[in-house]
Amino acid sequence: MMNTKTPLTDKVKVSILSTMLKIRMVEEAIAEQYKNQKMRCPTHLSIGQEAPPSILSALLTHDDQVVSTHRAHAHYLAKGGNLNAFIAELHGKASGCSGGMGGSMHLIDKAVGFMGSTAIVGGTIPIGVGLALAKQIKQERGLVVIYIGDGAIEEGVFYEAANFSVVRNLPVLFVCENNRYSVYSSLDCRQPQDRKIYELAASIGLQSWHGDGNDISNTFQLCSDAVEHIKLNNGPAFIELDTYRWREHCGPNYDDHLEYRPAEEIAYWKSKDPIKLLTKQLLDSQVIDVSVLNTIKNNINKDVLIAFEKAELAPFPASNTPENLTYA
Amino acid sequence: MLKETHQISFAEAINETTEQLMSYDESIICYGLGVNDPGRIFNTTKNLVETFGDQRVFDMPTAENGMLGIGIGAAIAGLKPIIIFQRVDFFLLAMDQLVNNAAKWRFMFGGQSNVPITIRLIIGRGWGQGPTHSQSLQAWFAHIPGLKVVMPSTTEELKQLLTASVLDPNPVIILEHRWLYQQKGNVPIQIDNRWLLSEQSNISTGDELTVVSSSYLTTEAKIALKFLQEHHGISIEHITLSVLAPLNTSRIIESVEKTGRLLLLESAHETCSISSSISHQVVASSFDKLKLAPVVMAKPDWPEPTTYSGTKYYYISAYDIAQKICEMLAITLDIEALQKQGHHDVPGDWFTGPF
Ligand SMILES: Cc1ncc(C[n+]2csc(CCOP(=O)(O)OP(=O)(O)O)c2C)c(N)n1
Ligand SMILES: [Mg+2]
Repeated sequence: MMNTKTPLTDKVKVSILSTMLKIRMVEEAIAEQYKNQKMRCPTHLSIGQEAPPSILSALLTHDDQVVSTHRAHAHYLAKGGNLNAFIAELHGKASGCSGGMGGSMHLIDKAVGFMGSTAIVGGTIPIGVGLALAKQIKQERGLVVIYIGDGAIEEGVFYEAANFSVVRNLPVLFVCENNRYSVYSSLDCRQPQDRKIYELAASIGLQSWHGDGNDISNTFQLCSDAVEHIKLNNGPAFIELDTYRWREHCGPNYDDHLEYRPAEEIAYWKSKDPIKLLTKQLLDSQVIDVSVLNTIKNNINKDVLIAFEKAELAPFPASNTPENLTYA
Repeated sequence: MLKETHQISFAEAINETTEQLMSYDESIICYGLGVNDPGRIFNTTKNLVETFGDQRVFDMPTAENGMLGIGIGAAIAGLKPIIIFQRVDFFLLAMDQLVNNAAKWRFMFGGQSNVPITIRLIIGRGWGQGPTHSQSLQAWFAHIPGLKVVMPSTTEELKQLLTASVLDPNPVIILEHRWLYQQKGNVPIQIDNRWLLSEQSNISTGDELTVVSSSYLTTEAKIALKFLQEHHGISIEHITLSVLAPLNTSRIIESVEKTGRLLLLESAHETCSISSSISHQVVASSFDKLKLAPVVMAKPDWPEPTTYSGTKYYYISAYDIAQKICEMLAITLDIEALQKQGHHDVPGDWFTGPF
């Protein structure tokens, strides 16, 4: 399908790079600060998986909504989620995006259409379909992106919700970030090796695409085709994007020494670092120069420092907050 | 006959028991997400796949409901599956298979088949586990006739309880508290296939008040009661309840008839809890022997907040228990030494999250 709406211009590339850099630098700051034991909650970092949401978000508008998983930092930041509120949430502070009640695994920023991420695998899949149902009934513009991992495909709720989205022709885009692992468990012991996730999705009736999520221009093309497909009211769509988490499943460290992932596999994916590759491409083609790049990084750095400073100074939630929140 | 024992941790006791059971009975299989991964379910499944092979010990897809149902099917066909879930909260996806199939299969087909499965669930706590990684839902399970619900309190009793659970012809849910995993205790070296699911055991005897606890709250209660005994000479009867369903309160009732005062330590919310059931049974049977209405200490009626500040007073501590006992006995004592030092959201320095 031809896409005429948003071509991958140099300007868009620079914006994708900026988003990826922001995610990477924020995540690295979290990893660095985590050992100070002030962010006391289970934390799943997105380092290595920055490309898919950064690319897709360049194609989304304010009308589009997102739901996500336990590994939501990149999705939240790419959609424009507030950085200060995010870092405060990790610190359990009242100024956090969920008032300190949810932590890293329960993020929300309704102002930018980030409608919530939760910790139970597959838990937000039907929520996203429900948001799309409401859009259809209320005749509102926009689509709903449902981010999932390869593990969520194994949950029954995926089939139930995907099926309904097809039956009702709902404006839903499933984005499966396939990093090959569910915690330490490889795809090999969880799904048949010769069956592709995107083919399975297609057999449910979802228009499906598959690609290397770290390949910027190809992923941009797939995403814009899928977004256009949905916006033309042709039904829900599914994109499977291969990508890779660099660090441990949960927590700030590397865990290569545990050897549950082949060293060659790790090296292969690190050689495809989307940030390094796009930076090089933009520098080589003289779209940006080193000083522009440094300005981008310095600005992010400043924002990150401010976010941490504010989070540490912020008060904890009032002691009656949990009770008041339990019922509306 | 005295059994030979050795000192190992709660997690090691689970591992050792499982290994001995699988050697003893070839129909036992063991699976769950992470069973064969480098973490080995906090080391409780260590060496199992190496010893018994991947036909009997295997990892699974992230598919709780289906995989529990598959275990039920295998059990009906004569296997004895041990199925492990790293959090109670994840297991909620399997409630349909549990309640509609496992609990009722024997009953609704006139007793023609049993479902000998053992479901190991871990209760999370600490380091911001938060609303969906920390729930204690034993009362949900105990409410369903046909299920047995077990909640070990100590490393000492773990081996007997796990053995009896696995060899039991019924579906058994065993809830393990993450904060017990590191605790050491004297454990019988060998399993015994005659062991039964024993309901209640005495940790201490006394005559002023009866305290009932399960799971990790037993640890907090022991600290409080030891302090009150040693520093203030208060004699309290402490009973741990290990089998929550079917619920047998005879030992508790006997004790309350002696002491006249009952304090129930509840690791869940109070409404519809095991403790409120026990309280009801005690009142119904021994109303005239009570000097005081039974008291339940429980979690407040809201989900666990993730924030550090939100868990400070969420869980019952040894200090809270001692304070409540003083109140019940109408005495004033210096219990300040029971205030926990250091971070409230970890069981010890060894625990630094994130999971
Ligand atoms: C229902 C449920 N089962 C198990 C878990 C434990 N768990 C947390 S994250 C995770 C991995 C899921 O893998 P995937 O969907 O591929 O996401 P990834 O972590 O790779 O991004 C698992 C199994 C959970 N949170 N919820
Ligand atoms: Mg994955």
